[in-house]
Amino acid sequence: MLGKLTWDAVPFDQPIPMIASGVVALAILAVLGWVVIRGHLPYLWREWITSVDHKRIGVMYTLLAMVMLLRGFSDAIMMRAQQSLALHSQGFLPPEHYNQVFSAHGTIMIFFVAMPFMIGLMNLVVPLQLGVRDVAFPTLNSVGFWLTATGALLVNISLVVGEFARTGWLPYPPLSELAYSPGVGVDYYLWSLEISGVGTLVAGVNLVTTVLKVRTGGMNLLRMPMFCWTSLATNLLIVAAFPILTATLAMLLLDRYLGFHFFTNDAGGNVMMFMNLIWAWGHPEVYILVLPAFGIFSEVISTFSGKPLFGYRSMVAATMAICILSFTVWLHHFFTMGAGADVNAIFGIASMIIAVPTGVKVFNWLFTMYGGRVRFQTPLLWSIGFMVTFIIGGMTGVLMAVPPIAFVLHNSLFLVAHFHNVIIGGVLFGAFAGYTYWFPKAFGFKLHEGYGKAAFWCWLIGFYVAFMPLYVLGLLGMTRRMQHYDVPEWRPWLIVAACGGALIMCGIAFQIIQLVVSIRQREQLRDETGDPWDGRSLEWATASPPPAFNFAVLPTVTGEDAYWNFKHRATGQSSPDEEPEYRDIEIPRNSATGFVCAFFATMMGFALIWHIWWMVAAGAIGAFATFVAFAWRDHDEDLIPAREVARIDRSNRAQRRAMIDKVLEKEAAE
Amino acid sequence: MSTVALTDAAVTEAHHGSAVREWSGPAPKRIVTGYGFWIFILSDMVMFSAFFATYAVLLGQTAGGPTGHDLFDLRNVAIETAFLLASSFTCGLASIAADVRNTTWFQLAMAVTCALGLGFLILEGQEFASLVVRGAGPTRSAFLSAFFTLVGCHGLHVSAGILWLLTMMAQVFTKGFRPDIQRRILCFALFWHALDIIWIAVFTIVYLLGSAK
Amino acid sequence: MNILDPQGPIGAADTAILIDSVAIMLAIVVPTIVAIFAFAFWFRASNTRAHYLPNWEYSGRIELVVWSVPALTIILLGGVAWIGAHQLDPAKAVEGSAKPLTIQAVSLDWKWLFIYPDQQVATINTLTVPAGVPLRFELTSSSVMNVFFIPQFGSMIYTMNGMATQLNLRADRPGTFQGLSAHFSGDGFSDMHFDVHVVPSEQFSKWAQDASRAEKSLDELSYGEIAKPSMKSQPAVYRLADPQLFNSIVTQKLPPSPGAQAGVKGADLPAGVADAR
Repeated sequence: MLGKLTWDAVPFDQPIPMIASGVVALAILAVLGWVVIRGHLPYLWREWITSVDHKRIGVMYTLLAMVMLLRGFSDAIMMRAQQSLALHSQGFLPPEHYNQVFSAHGTIMIFFVAMPFMIGLMNLVVPLQLGVRDVAFPTLNSVGFWLTATGALLVNISLVVGEFARTGWLPYPPLSELAYSPGVGVDYYLWSLEISGVGTLVAGVNLVTTVLKVRTGGMNLLRMPMFCWTSLATNLLIVAAFPILTATLAMLLLDRYLGFHFFTNDAGGNVMMFMNLIWAWGHPEVYILVLPAFGIFSEVISTFSGKPLFGYRSMVAATMAICILSFTVWLHHFFTMGAGADVNAIFGIASMIIAVPTGVKVFNWLFTMYGGRVRFQTPLLWSIGFMVTFIIGGMTGVLMAVPPIAFVLHNSLFLVAHFHNVIIGGVLFGAFAGYTYWFPKAFGFKLHEGYGKAAFWCWLIGFYVAFMPLYVLGLLGMTRRMQHYDVPEWRPWLIVAACGGALIMCGIAFQIIQLVVSIRQREQLRDETGDPWDGRSLEWATASPPPAFNFAVLPTVTGEDAYWNFKHRATGQSSPDEEPEYRDIEIPRNSATGFVCAFFATMMGFALIWHIWWMVAAGAIGAFATFVAFAWRDHDEDLIPAREVARIDRSNRAQRRAMIDKVLEKEAAE
Repeated sequence: MSTVALTDAAVTEAHHGSAVREWSGPAPKRIVTGYGFWIFILSDMVMFSAFFATYAVLLGQTAGGPTGHDLFDLRNVAIETAFLLASSFTCGLASIAADVRNTTWFQLAMAVTCALGLGFLILEGQEFASLVVRGAGPTRSAFLSAFFTLVGCHGLHVSAGILWLLTMMAQVFTKGFRPDIQRRILCFALFWHALDIIWIAVFTIVYLLGSAK
Repeated sequence: MNILDPQGPIGAADTAILIDSVAIMLAIVVPTIVAIFAFAFWFRASNTRAHYLPNWEYSGRIELVVWSVPALTIILLGGVAWIGAHQLDPAKAVEGSAKPLTIQAVSLDWKWLFIYPDQQVATINTLTVPAGVPLRFELTSSSVMNVFFIPQFGSMIYTMNGMATQLNLRADRPGTFQGLSAHFSGDGFSDMHFDVHVVPSEQFSKWAQDASRAEKSLDELSYGEIAKPSMKSQPAVYRLADPQLFNSIVTQKLPPSPGAQAGVKGADLPAGVADAR
């Protein structure tokens, strides 16, 4: 009746998951209780859960990412603690738990922190920067978000019902085959990622179409902000790479569920093929993670230097070069598999070539600051921290692209240090910079600057203290994923690394405090004009937060840095700007499709994991029915009448005029 | 939004023939929808490519069991191909009928498309069943796993297409040729034709090349 | 296990390339980092002495430098990569003071089996080799993927079931060193370390002769027992009764060994709990 599911699946005898899930369950109940009792549920349903507005969906993606960061980070703390203790000792995490912890850590951080964070920021910002009202497919956008949330939910359920994969974040066969991983752990991993992979693909299709076909008048491609270019490159990569992941994980699923022989040891299966396929996805994936961050830094560095981005066309060329080259380097993840000298050398050289456009970007950011008036607010601090840290991480990456060096450093803690160097220094610092930079646009008030700076310093110093020792450990021969060891020389470095983790924890604590304090002090931190940073691109031309329709009249653009040019032309003119002709605006109607579809997807995923076949069928029928119900909708748009548009817009323009007057006064005084 | 000044200036520039071809604004819905669906089809083709690549790698891994040469019935494949190609033709007729808003011809053409598609699926199902019964099922060897997955994935797409087809027939029956339904018909037609293209790759690479040795 | 203290020619070459490459890249990286701090500091908004160039966004000369510097560096490193990949290909034979010694390595769950086909000897989790003699490894796995790695001797290589990989090393000085598996392979992975005893040639011959008279013998039957999952295996020495054993494993004449459903000896928790779900 319930397939493989029995009460044995709940680890009543293991304190750590029981306490952790207990705390989480209590927190969820508390939040839900507060929401329901205070009567916020209708608001939540109407304005957020069923919203198809890109700004709301972007915020939800980012919120998902930040919550999952806490989960992924607690896994990290456990790993550092275990490795600090486990010299000639089993530590406190036996192998079958430790192996789940590091597998969950990687899976969550990449798929449910880094990806949603970037996709969230792209969702929030790109339509505003393009001067349009929403993405190309708003309801599909909602479906994509909720399917991603389904994946996150399934991974977290595995903590308390069943187990998670014990294979590492990439489930290499034969270890991940049924013979060597008979439990449900790998199945949780596979179904979670297959479902959220659909969500990611949907976001990819949406954003590619938006950037290429849904831009305001006059915004030729070479007038787009740099963040839109990197979003385009990122989503092209998503569209081209994620299907490979879908196919590969499907093959592993077929092996496990139906006895196929893609990657088994017997009957002709080929484990090397898994390596090739998964890394053909895996390498573009890391560029999917980092390219949006590059775009964020382009925006932040130019804004906080008061100068246009240096070498815009070069940056565009470099971005698209990275996009294409990212498909040519995948073998560098397994130089030690014995492909032979020619193959290894070619892929090594290809991996270095991709460092060229990346280097170009760093230099162009450098020269953006040159001749500028650099303001050291939190977003810029993250950017400078990124530049220095990413250069070091990139250097160690190019090092490992030299095959003989990989022959001694593959799979070591040197490798672990390298990829954390580029992911934390690149992706996460970019996410935090973007979060701070666009927070006022999303919510109408800035984040507290003091706590922001404190968080930055804790993260920056904490990162170096946590990961520089890992480079040393790699050189001392320590490999990754060890649950215990008996080499005394390694331990001091591991203890230092654990201290770094504690520092990072302080950084996270400051970020939580920052959010709470900012909400409480939101009136003092209010963004009155919509342009708190003296921005250059069109999102700063809207109010904070923007109205549902973003722009009362879509702007027409004549050059790069569209908003900056308008601002500085407007201040030169003494004639007041004219009011546009207001018209009725149609915006897409909210829909529960995404949420309901995700509900059925969760049902199907859980049922597939536990072999509850009737529930799989029920979920599939439910999902199909949801789509049919959506297709039968007669009204898919809401009308905002012209006078309402006018009312909203007039009050925003009044605030903006006040700011321009202030700027005029200041310039007159100088 | 105080960019009317900008708007006028830009309009003037454009009319005075600026050298740069100005982007004229968000594309119409039909174009946006079609474009987005094309991007999705490209992504689906990448997925099929992964299965094709896998098939190529595992082609020789028959684990001492039967090869394609032993198993493939080219006559059956030819009939399947005929059904699928004909169904693309009738799907094209349905698209034209939708463009001129002729309900009768639309439903007729879609029904024939459905029948041809079902015919394809029945033949393929029979082929699969007979292979399994002969001990040449997907669990026999890596080669057969790859074969069943690649061809089966295409068949699953055809099945999903038929579900979609029936849904579109119901939509037109209840609501007529509304613009959003027209856009969905466009997407369906793109999907159906794309499946045909994939099938051509399948029967060439899998069946024709596989029967050669 | 310090990679920076290599004990043989392969390790020495790998490490030399590492140090050279770091030096080449630091030549670019350090000035760039200095420039980042310098520019950010000099052009801070409060510095009235700095010139504000609000519209400066392009310079052909700077672009040329900015593209050339990484490109030239990469051309140099690319050359290092090409030459190094060829000279240090694991399958390339190493020279030495005598005929190469063949060692067949099998990664098991969760220990290493080393077969010396010419000496009719096999060991578990311990390796004894003569100094200065080229070592020709042939490697496979009985089940899941692993990586054979002796850090101070240099390059590592994957082991996979159903195929044999090759690795050529040489140890130059007598001493005791450490080896391990560098690819996660399951619950007992952390136990897959082994001692490597490098001894003078004559001592090696004597050891081999003594070992070939060991009590325990290794054939397909005893191999089947050894191959069952177990943790914290103790080093052991066997007499090799079946010289084709390695081949049988590689060709899968002996099927891949089973996974942990069979119960894991030596685990701290009873086997049943680990597999309950």
